[in-house]
Amino acid sequence: MDRHEIRLSGSGGQGLITGGIILAEAAILEGKNAVQTQSYGPEARGGASKAEVIISTDKIDFPKVRDCDIFLSLTQKSFDQYSKGVKENGIMIVDESIETGDSKIKVYKLPIIHTAHNVLGKPMVTNIVAIGVVAAISKVVSKEVLEEAVLNHVPNGTEELNKKALEIGYSLGENAVK
Amino acid sequence: MPSALVNEYFRTNKLPQIWCPGCGHGIITRAITAAIDKLGLERDKICIVSGIGCSSRAPGYMDFDTLHTTHGRAIAFATGVKMANPDLKVIVITGDGDATAIGGNHLIHACRRNIDITTIVFNNNIYGMTGGQYSPTTPKFDKGTTAPYGNIDKAFDIPALAAAAGATYVGRSTAYHTQLLISLIENGIKNEGFSLIEALSVCPTYYGRKNKKGSAVDMLEWQKDHAVNISAASKMTPESLEGKFLIGEFKNSPEPEYTSEYQKIIDRLCKE
Amino acid sequence: MKSKARLMQGNEACVEGAIAAGMKFFAGYPITPSTEIAEIAAEKLPRVGGKFIQMEDEIASMAAVIGASLTGSKSMTATSGPGFSLKQENIGYAALAEVPCVVVDVQRSGPSTGLPTSPAQGDIMQARWGTHGDHPVIALTPSSVRETFDLTIRAFNLSEKYRVPVILLMDEIIGHMRERVELPDAFEIEIVNRKKPTVGRDQYLPYKADEDLIPPMANYGEGYRFHVTGLAHDETGFPTNSPAMADKLYRRLMDKIEMHKDDIIQWEEENTDDADVVIVSIGGVSRAADTAMKQLREKGYKVGTFRPITVWPFPEKRLLELASKVKTFVVAEMNLGQIALEVERIIKDKAELKKVNKVNGEAIYPEEIIARIEEVL
Repeated sequence: MDRHEIRLSGSGGQGLITGGIILAEAAILEGKNAVQTQSYGPEARGGASKAEVIISTDKIDFPKVRDCDIFLSLTQKSFDQYSKGVKENGIMIVDESIETGDSKIKVYKLPIIHTAHNVLGKPMVTNIVAIGVVAAISKVVSKEVLEEAVLNHVPNGTEELNKKALEIGYSLGENAVK
Repeated sequence: MPSALVNEYFRTNKLPQIWCPGCGHGIITRAITAAIDKLGLERDKICIVSGIGCSSRAPGYMDFDTLHTTHGRAIAFATGVKMANPDLKVIVITGDGDATAIGGNHLIHACRRNIDITTIVFNNNIYGMTGGQYSPTTPKFDKGTTAPYGNIDKAFDIPALAAAAGATYVGRSTAYHTQLLISLIENGIKNEGFSLIEALSVCPTYYGRKNKKGSAVDMLEWQKDHAVNISAASKMTPESLEGKFLIGEFKNSPEPEYTSEYQKIIDRLCKE
Repeated sequence: MKSKARLMQGNEACVEGAIAAGMKFFAGYPITPSTEIAEIAAEKLPRVGGKFIQMEDEIASMAAVIGASLTGSKSMTATSGPGFSLKQENIGYAALAEVPCVVVDVQRSGPSTGLPTSPAQGDIMQARWGTHGDHPVIALTPSSVRETFDLTIRAFNLSEKYRVPVILLMDEIIGHMRERVELPDAFEIEIVNRKKPTVGRDQYLPYKADEDLIPPMANYGEGYRFHVTGLAHDETGFPTNSPAMADKLYRRLMDKIEMHKDDIIQWEEENTDDADVVIVSIGGVSRAADTAMKQLREKGYKVGTFRPITVWPFPEKRLLELASKVKTFVVAEMNLGQIALEVERIIKDKAELKKVNKVNGEAIYPEEIIARIEEVL
């Protein structure tokens, strides 16, 4: 059985729930099982939000993450709130702005928000950059199906921008694991 | 021997009705059937919906598809009927408490949508069914069993409320001014949109007795003496209008109707 | 051929199921965590010639659904705990006037506004006893996205068949969860429509039941010119003050569900044959129960699961059979013990009852069920 438990966290409005949906859909396109759940507060923007995705070749009963293999965090608040429960051999992917403290767990600290805001100039693609990074580092889904899933979920007219965001995120991740 | 109108449109085996002697509701109910008769509407394509209260017992006596709902909700039920089957002519019979207290929210939103429903508010200025409590149309300082020292609430002007909320046909008549009432109901039904007709009734049993308004006949005479048709009012001085109230057609300004607008969405999507 | 598998949210599956069942009318009011049902219905219904309306409040939504159903449109509304409370009077109306309709309640916690965005199962008893008076109720609870699709169809079918409001009792976990589903083709789906009168207007008695205790139902606009009221009524549909008639009506309403219990009640059980401990749960919690059961089985413990799919009426007969051989029932639910009350009533002292309850806005995790069972074993 091949099983990955992924938690994406950040603040409301960063699009991480959509990011989780895209990852789960990519897994289904690869013929796997996937479940996506979320937890969020009353804020449409701000606050701490998390999306969880379990990808497995087997049936998935309990839909929430218990032994987190891959943890992504884009804000300090979401890191503080949701970083517990990452497996010792799991990985943490965090924005460069986050202070992680001492950790036995492998941490990748990357300029995810900076890339979306300043390199691409579009804060709205932060989530796509982020899942590109996650896919490149964790290999939970292939880049090709992930791109297909991204294109299924973005507004008309933003396809090229999102493809580019995914590409840049993916390279960011690939370079980090080199 | 019941009249031809009663024979034709009433469930005569359900008569006599439960209303008190002297109640104005029978006159108003008959006026509705008279309007339907004049319009020559298809009998089986009419649905009459009511809430709870004295007025809301009317549909039970009327030989159409009839729906006696929960307190205040007649217009909301009627909205479902009309949306699901726009071929039906939907008429709501409601009271002052039913329509403007517990059902006030539904009333203003149906006005706003301009959905093709004709609502006749039987206004007797009191909660009759429960024994004479003050309602949103009990005049200020009048008494009810729950206003033993006089009502300090300001009364609603129902036609003004409906017109402001977006109803496209609005009028008022009384149990005394039956011919006007029939023609307002006729025009209200003809209007493709939300129509509201306030029909001032008389309640000699509770409102009348509590407030020393005399017999049913006295109360009808009061209506006769104090009502001024809006067409005549414009030529009258403010002094001569003192203590009077207006009747007649207050608003008649057709606008696009809700279910037709929705049908346009369906047609557009089904063409895609 | 491209696989039919897709990622779908529970709330979306509910709308897909409703449309597959023939829903032609939806009235609703926004409320978390059910809002997606209204949003998706607004998008999809006009595409199939159906109607969507956002009403001014929850009460109006329930009223409009009943009105629409009386014209023959299969109708649904969706809400959560606070809205479900507001709808209750009209749900009672639908029960008494025997108007088919489906009410979806994606549960959250309470009382009052509670934790709006968090999962809970606070309305188990509200679904049964929310409206005043004795009344028949059918409530179904899905525990997966695919089952949400299937049970929404079943909710419409049961509602049409028995002329009762049917509650689809979801929870936030299932409503907001997205998972892989493959939906069946239309020809694979069984659709039930309400029984129509076989006599003309002169002979039609709208509340005269057949032997199955269900009266045939005409639609408004078909020329039957019948009366529907929320007052106690006789077979003609008109109000009655006759004690005998009122008694007959109220008893028939309850009996029509009692009589067809075997057709209505569904449940699922796993590994109950040799089980010492059986976990009882519904909806999102059953997913944790399944994981807990599997992990405990791996350790050699004889643990099974029992999941009522029909919560109301409750699968009483089967639970009682299990009670004669099971040592302990562990009832896990996201409230402080509502299903447990029903289980307790049924099993009495035939078996031990333990509870796992959570009301902090978080899901019950398998570990919490495992810990409770390890205390017992």
